[in-house]
Amino acid sequence: MNFTSTLTRADLADTMNRQVGLSRADGAVMVESILDHMIEALVSGENVKISGFGTFVLRDKGERTGRNPKTGVEVPIAPRRVLTFRASQTMRDRIIAAG
Amino acid sequence: MIRSELLEKLALENPDLKPDEIEKIVDLFFNQISQKLAEGGRVELRGFGAFSTRQRNPRMGRNPRTGESVEVPAKRVPYFKPGKEVRERLNRR
Repeated sequence: MNFTSTLTRADLADTMNRQVGLSRADGAVMVESILDHMIEALVSGENVKISGFGTFVLRDKGERTGRNPKTGVEVPIAPRRVLTFRASQTMRDRIIAAG
Repeated sequence: MIRSELLEKLALENPDLKPDEIEKIVDLFFNQISQKLAEGGRVELRGFGAFSTRQRNPRMGRNPRTGESVEVPAKRVPYFKPGKEVRERLNRR
């Protein structure tokens, strides 16, 4: 097993091909659809909760003053919305159990 | 949006797939990500974000009820970094 490997869209599409029998092209479309629906919900201001996996949580940050680390000049940082992920206990336990 | 709502949306777009096939596809999608993180790997989904794990050092914690000190062991915890595209779209008004 390669412990430093990276999983990508192509790997996900490949799994759908092998385990559900979708063509690789259809698998790729499904991967894209899943991601698009999640992004769409988040952009519309909804959190996304996938039981057994985790929750994508939107947080609104207020305006604050930052500093350019190079010049030391103070600049206002505009209020913004950020995305965080809170993994489910199931996923956390699975990762801890794997060591 | 919750998992069942995602399944509904995918079912509407894919009338040729049976509901249990859609369910299997969605389960595979999220399970593969968890599995890769458990193996110590990372997951990169450009335009969406990247999942990885981060090492947490052991630390002394306290049972909030009894005040007793307990050692919290070192562990790996999941981490998600949203992609640039998503970060920008969240702030487009």
